Amino acid sequence: MNEVRELPNEAPRPANELEELERAWKLPTGFRLITAVNNQVIGILYIGIAFLFFLLAGVLGVIMRTQLAVPENDLVSQDLFNQIFTVHGTTMMFLFAVPAMEALGVLLLPQMLAARDLPFPRLSAFAIWAYIVGGLVFFSTIFYDLAPKGGWFMYPPLTLKEYSPGDNADFWLLGIGFIEISAIAGAIEIIVGVLRTRPPGMSLTRMPIFAWAMLIFAAMIMIAFPAVILATMLLEIERSFGWPFFTADKGGDPLLWQHLFWFFGHPEVYIIFLPAAGLVSMIVPAMARRPLVGYRLIVVALIGTGFFSFGLWVHHMFTTGIPALSLGFFSAASMAVAIPSGIQVFSWIATIASSKERFRITTPSLFVLGFLFIFTVGGVTGVMVALVPLDFQVHDTYFVVAHFHYVLIGGMVFPLFATFYYWIPMVSRKMLSERLGRWVFWLMFIGFNVTFFPMHITGLIGMPRRVWTYPDGLGWNTLNMVSTVGSYILAAGVALFVIDLFLRFRPTMENNAGDPWRAGTLEWLPTGAYSARSIPFVTSREPLWDNPNLGTEVEEGRHFLPGAPTGERETIVTSPVDAKPQYIIRMPGPGWAHLVAAVFMAAAFLLLTVKLVTIALICAVISIAACIVWGWQLDHGPGKGEVDIGAGIKLPTYMAGPRSHAWWAMAVLILVASSLYIAYVFSYLYLWVVSPEVWAPHGSPDLPGFGWPLGTALLLIAGTGSMVLVRRMLPAPGGREPAIPPMLALAAGCLLAAFLAEVWGHWMTGLRPAQNSYGAMVYMASVLNFQVVFACVVLAGFAIARYLTGKLDAERRVGYENAALLYYYAAGQMLLGLVLVHGFPRLAG
Amino acid sequence: MRFGKGWVFRAIALSALPGIASCSGVQSALSPRGVEALRIDPLFWTSAAVGLAVTLMVVILVAAALYGPPRWRERLSGDRMLIGGGIVLPIIVLTGLFTYGLLVMQAGAVRGEQETDATVTITGKLWWWEVVYEGPDGKAVLSANELRLPVGRPVRLRLESDNVIHSFWAPQIAGKLDMIPGRTNEVVVEATEPAVSRGQCAEYCGGAHALMAFYVVAMAQAEYDAWLAREAGPAVEPVSEEAARGREIFFEHGCGACHQVRGTEARGVIGPDLTHVGSRKSLAAGMMSNDAQAFARWIVDNQHIKPENKMPPFGQFSEEELSALAAYLDSLE
Repeated sequence: MNEVRELPNEAPRPANELEELERAWKLPTGFRLITAVNNQVIGILYIGIAFLFFLLAGVLGVIMRTQLAVPENDLVSQDLFNQIFTVHGTTMMFLFAVPAMEALGVLLLPQMLAARDLPFPRLSAFAIWAYIVGGLVFFSTIFYDLAPKGGWFMYPPLTLKEYSPGDNADFWLLGIGFIEISAIAGAIEIIVGVLRTRPPGMSLTRMPIFAWAMLIFAAMIMIAFPAVILATMLLEIERSFGWPFFTADKGGDPLLWQHLFWFFGHPEVYIIFLPAAGLVSMIVPAMARRPLVGYRLIVVALIGTGFFSFGLWVHHMFTTGIPALSLGFFSAASMAVAIPSGIQVFSWIATIASSKERFRITTPSLFVLGFLFIFTVGGVTGVMVALVPLDFQVHDTYFVVAHFHYVLIGGMVFPLFATFYYWIPMVSRKMLSERLGRWVFWLMFIGFNVTFFPMHITGLIGMPRRVWTYPDGLGWNTLNMVSTVGSYILAAGVALFVIDLFLRFRPTMENNAGDPWRAGTLEWLPTGAYSARSIPFVTSREPLWDNPNLGTEVEEGRHFLPGAPTGERETIVTSPVDAKPQYIIRMPGPGWAHLVAAVFMAAAFLLLTVKLVTIALICAVISIAACIVWGWQLDHGPGKGEVDIGAGIKLPTYMAGPRSHAWWAMAVLILVASSLYIAYVFSYLYLWVVSPEVWAPHGSPDLPGFGWPLGTALLLIAGTGSMVLVRRMLPAPGGREPAIPPMLALAAGCLLAAFLAEVWGHWMTGLRPAQNSYGAMVYMASVLNFQVVFACVVLAGFAIARYLTGKLDAERRVGYENAALLYYYAAGQMLLGLVLVHGFPRLAG
Repeated sequence: MRFGKGWVFRAIALSALPGIASCSGVQSALSPRGVEALRIDPLFWTSAAVGLAVTLMVVILVAAALYGPPRWRERLSGDRMLIGGGIVLPIIVLTGLFTYGLLVMQAGAVRGEQETDATVTITGKLWWWEVVYEGPDGKAVLSANELRLPVGRPVRLRLESDNVIHSFWAPQIAGKLDMIPGRTNEVVVEATEPAVSRGQCAEYCGGAHALMAFYVVAMAQAEYDAWLAREAGPAVEPVSEEAARGREIFFEHGCGACHQVRGTEARGVIGPDLTHVGSRKSLAAGMMSNDAQAFARWIVDNQHIKPENKMPPFGQFSEEELSALAAYLDSLE
């Protein structure tokens, strides 16, 4: 890239260039604003709704504290209290914490990367709308006695039909399961966004720490969320159809749920914490006016945290009677995860110490300092509960309640408030009040500690968590009263913040308050609806510190892509490691299809909850149709040729194959699907370990003969072959190859037939899914297969339609490639399933 | 320097912890009266002290980074600090704590392996505890909502559930252990002094989870043996006329369909065994004191005292009938 020496480009800009750019990125007006996809707009909507859920769940928290202020209180009934704490925890974790972090990804990442938008603007918008509709309906169940009451971790058997009749638990399973799907959509967006839409020159080692944190965050979501999605599927299927995954009498095991849930649930804590730590790593250097000390170590620490966090889930299960050897292993892993956190804490301290003059005490830095203290205490108590014998005492008591509020409020909410005060000038005409901000901070900091610190002691002197009342005379009265008073102080702090928002937060894309902190990263470039006017060439981690004129140069269009050469929305796609420009991605603008898809998909899930199956199916069909319409508008083809992005670099405006962002997104989706399947394989083997007596051939009908799996495998291989051949036969643009539609149909047909053969083979042996856990697991493999088979059939049909309308050829082939990629995965998953389901019992039996 | 003040305040609060601990109650893990709990206690105080030290260190370092003289700040901002404080120090501290924790855990595991001459099976119910002792003749002795332990003798607890997951926790005696359908978890406990303490279900089990408690009565071996012999026997005959009338009412109204009173026709197994209910410390799984009035209140008003419990309220009795019934139950010592 020698050419880049020519930047900033001194030549005068063409007269109508800026107008073209503005036209391409223009926001829809009036009620059509809901069709907008610009990341600043939907990012603010996203974070706003997440914050709303924080307030709502916070109110529930205050109600609980009020009920517990005095012993034997009957302000809130037992049943309502059980619903309240379930909804409080569920909302805070699923509807506030994770979405808030994804929202910051949507809002901040493109700005930090000086990208015009995330690579799949409509996918983000889809995920957000699905979350808004699903989340609001879920939360509203608390108002009409329909809310789940099994606790946020929903342990069976309590959540099985027998002990939780009614639809309450189903709202959790379907509602939250659905929102997790939306979180995964967001994660795909973030991974592809971070890896492929960085500005030219921003190699991985020059990436802002927040981008690193979000990358690891998204990777963790891909691995962790499928486990809980599988768990919710199993539980919902057991509730609805009686497949006994968790019923001990029929070979199931309630602990299977706990393993799956905590395999998700523990990483979840770090999924929430890592982005927050990333935010702190952005704010601290800005306030110190010095680069972060130990950037590389912090990256290693973030990766290390992500890695370790998958090895600790059993520490939520220390009291379930697991053998001492595994307890020791998980105890060690739980303590080891403290080390990466230690690295980060010391790096922040070092950066503070390295400040130019002194570290500036602003509202964001107060929240960061408050975070440092609270998080340290939470970390320390975390080490305490990782000590197995000590956990035997404090597990499921208020000590743990105190511990995880220190970790979560300290580790996530305080950095989030720092973020609000720090980044609001980027998206608002006015910044928030520094004066009110100090009040907000001190009220929250004092209120928080007064609420939660005493809970350590309350727990040690015997108070279990999740109790709606407690008797007088156990020595818990004073501590509980103090906690309640503290919660009011904390609530007052949050309320004051809301007032500050009303007074000063005025969202804007053009006339923001600018950079009051004089920070070094790209999100502080001057922006419009199109984000940065031109995309800078990046040579360091703090480009604005190293080149004080960069803002002006960018604003004058003297860097890359200063206009809209294709006349549409576009941004530069760069290579994943060293960020060399590769092509121009043409991005969709506002639209209705993704919105309809989101709303109707949410409706389908919610109607399924209340067992209105027919209407739910109609909604699902509408949603899928909307997805097809949405997809139809993509894959523009190479019609616009190459464009000049400045500095003499010409880039193509179309890409298919492994370099294209669509291919990457599909690859990430396949990783998610394989995580789901691996969780299934684990569950299958786990239940076998627990109940080998129900397994074939002794406890269940003999497996179908070898002919069945062999035939199924042949179908899969034939289908795959057909799919491979299609790639070779794709005609040159304008050409025809009449064999393509039948070949694609053949591939889809083979897949469908393989799926049916697998189900039919087992059915013929007399095995039924409700019979025992073995039968349930055997048919569950086909349930998972059905998901991918269904998607493959739809995609194959889509590819056929693209061909028939002349939109599929050897160059314009994204539609085919997505179908093929998923197809190969589906075939692979089903082959693995055959080996497991038909091979394992024969080996083990 | 307002920040400094806030942190000093917290440090004082932390150091006040021992003071609070000394006045803790019958359900406190900080007043251990069992071998297991006594072993965990110093582990707690050690780790709490280490935690306090770490927190103070971070507070001091942050204060120094913010307001210290330039020389200190320069030292603090070096790589050495980062590696020493962020990696070396935690590894040393955590290894120490981990080893200590492992030793305590190992000691518990070793005790779990040893032979014991007393076994008690406790089953979590919705929302009470079924407690089955091994009687003097090896026969099962059914009781409920109370655990009696002989002081100085290891007793094996077998923990089970036939419904949802519960967790058995008697903080003064030992840590908690879950009761999981389809499994039997075992722990060996040993009370170290005669005392009454309280325990409670620690795993959320739906509905009245908050109201599922029990008492642990640790007594001298001789007393325990005498008690167990009594407990194994059938119910006493009513001594007063009122109690005898109460017994008639008990059978007329079908109480025996759910409750057992050994030595009578009442053989129900759905609710707690009432053979010696009058001698227990509490009613309704640790919810009420045990006297005739409490029995009467429970019979009429149990859905208010313990919402969602499986016993229907019996409001049909006259005051006289109710008091006779209560007198009978109270007499079952």
